[in-house]
Amino acid sequence: MMEAQKYVWEGAIPLQIHLHESEVTTLPPPLPALILAPRIGYLPLLIPHIKPHFNSTLPPGVDTVWFEYKGLPLKWYIPTGVLFDLLCVEPERPWNLTVHFRGYPGNILIPCEGEDSVKWSFINSLKEASYIINGNCKNVMNMSQPDQVELWHSVFNGNLEAYLKVSSKLKLGTAGHEYSANLNSGSFVSRQSTGDTDATGQVKTGRVPVRLYVWGVSEDFDDLEDAPQIDSWDKISYINRPVEIHGEEGKCFTLLDAVKSLLPEHFQYKSLTNEESSKEEGEDEQKVPSEEGGENLSEDVESCYPSDNAEVKLVRIQGIEPKLEIPFSWVVHNLMNPEHFLHICVCLKVSQVKIPSDG
Amino acid sequence: MDISSWDGTISLAEFHVAARALVEKWKRVSSASPPWSWVSCPKQPWVASHEVSVEGYLSLENIILVSIKEEHDELLSFPQKEETSCSDKEESIDIATLSQSDRDEICYYDLHIVYSASYRVPVLYFRVYYSDGEPLEFEDIKKHLPAHSAKTLLDSKWTFITQEEHPYLKRPWYKLHPCGTGEWMKLLFQGDVSLARNGAAIEVYLISWLSFVGQVVGLRIPYEMLNQL
Repeated sequence: MMEAQKYVWEGAIPLQIHLHESEVTTLPPPLPALILAPRIGYLPLLIPHIKPHFNSTLPPGVDTVWFEYKGLPLKWYIPTGVLFDLLCVEPERPWNLTVHFRGYPGNILIPCEGEDSVKWSFINSLKEASYIINGNCKNVMNMSQPDQVELWHSVFNGNLEAYLKVSSKLKLGTAGHEYSANLNSGSFVSRQSTGDTDATGQVKTGRVPVRLYVWGVSEDFDDLEDAPQIDSWDKISYINRPVEIHGEEGKCFTLLDAVKSLLPEHFQYKSLTNEESSKEEGEDEQKVPSEEGGENLSEDVESCYPSDNAEVKLVRIQGIEPKLEIPFSWVVHNLMNPEHFLHICVCLKVSQVKIPSDG
Repeated sequence: MDISSWDGTISLAEFHVAARALVEKWKRVSSASPPWSWVSCPKQPWVASHEVSVEGYLSLENIILVSIKEEHDELLSFPQKEETSCSDKEESIDIATLSQSDRDEICYYDLHIVYSASYRVPVLYFRVYYSDGEPLEFEDIKKHLPAHSAKTLLDSKWTFITQEEHPYLKRPWYKLHPCGTGEWMKLLFQGDVSLARNGAAIEVYLISWLSFVGQVVGLRIPYEMLNQL
């Protein structure tokens, strides 16, 4: 089980970073910078490595660094690997990005003051994950200063061993069989308090931190390279909602179940489970991997035809497209990011795509 | 009704009920003030027109919160500026002379109340801008905040008020961190015996929450809002 986590932490995206032409003041213009960006990292953390490359050609002024892909300003608080999986449907290697040192689009992007901003965005996400899993943020808030530093450094440096050592103290548990089917949608006063049950504040709540990035297409495509380009964040629906696991006896809660539960308007949650969804003809039947191994992960995506008119074209996590029948608990434990969120990129084919007007 | 086992959080459906209650009561109690309104948002850009479950948030926009920096930091809410009426323009000039803040310019607030699925509580998002629409720098916002808020900001720079993307508008807004909300809402309700007995507790949830949270930005809740139904 450790293997998958290791691959995730070692995963990196080769970037070719071009300085925006408006900021080139010397001839000949500088060559693009080539850098390997950790999947679980964030773009602003690369700036100290990139800046020296372009320093001599920048116009005078204060640095306000931001990145852009084909005109789309990149949200710096989204892990690099997720940005790549989402925006580069047909993976581009190296990934060609443009860097700006001036003219920060403050009306679109939240300001970034370098490593500190990234660190606190990470910690706040970790707190949110902790709240979702345990019902409180105590364990993160009570982290000692050295532990906090150690945690951040382990993420910054991509050091999985160091990360596991310090993050185990947070008792953030793993999804799946540990969760009790204790959820109800009763009135708010009948809900049990999820306050401390033991010294560590650990409570089983059956909620899993997930961030879903969904984009819809109206035309079908068979090859990824035919997929339409995402040219605006308005085309992506960002769903930051925990997955609630209902522990049903004898049934395995799969990745598909999780995705469907977050998109109820497209997938009516009936008694039909994934084994009854139709499969495309001619597709190879691959063995569903056991809980233990992760070796049978497949690149094939199954098309699912739910009751509504939406069809799941693509589910991508950490650069792979897992079989949708894989137990969700395995996916979470092995493919989650260091802040304990599982980031899932989903492409849905819908019958009609409304072009959003600018709000 | 067992408040003791409640954790201070609410479901999305309960949030909708509480939001409706806030809108109605606010309209009844302070008809002179700008109203809170519910803004519906489709979940996805491509959602079909027959979409049933629509999300949304509460909105109170274009309000002036004037801070009179006396000992107690009393804060008043003024009616929104109307650009169509000349008499209102004169009114806003009168307001300006009352202000003792550092800048001569009046600043406006947009307040949004959004439900957080993660924390299961409402969250306050806000924006501050000058009359020409230009947003205030964070340093200037701090000057306009009540003294106790400014101090809390000093103590917890990154975790009290953060700048994040508005979940629906997808633009940078300021957000009041919801981490402790469940806990103090539970305390608030536990401490009020009449609330515990009253069957309409969920309807006053948002109003109570706002009376607390509004203090951060200096929004005063009319006293009548807090009276039981």
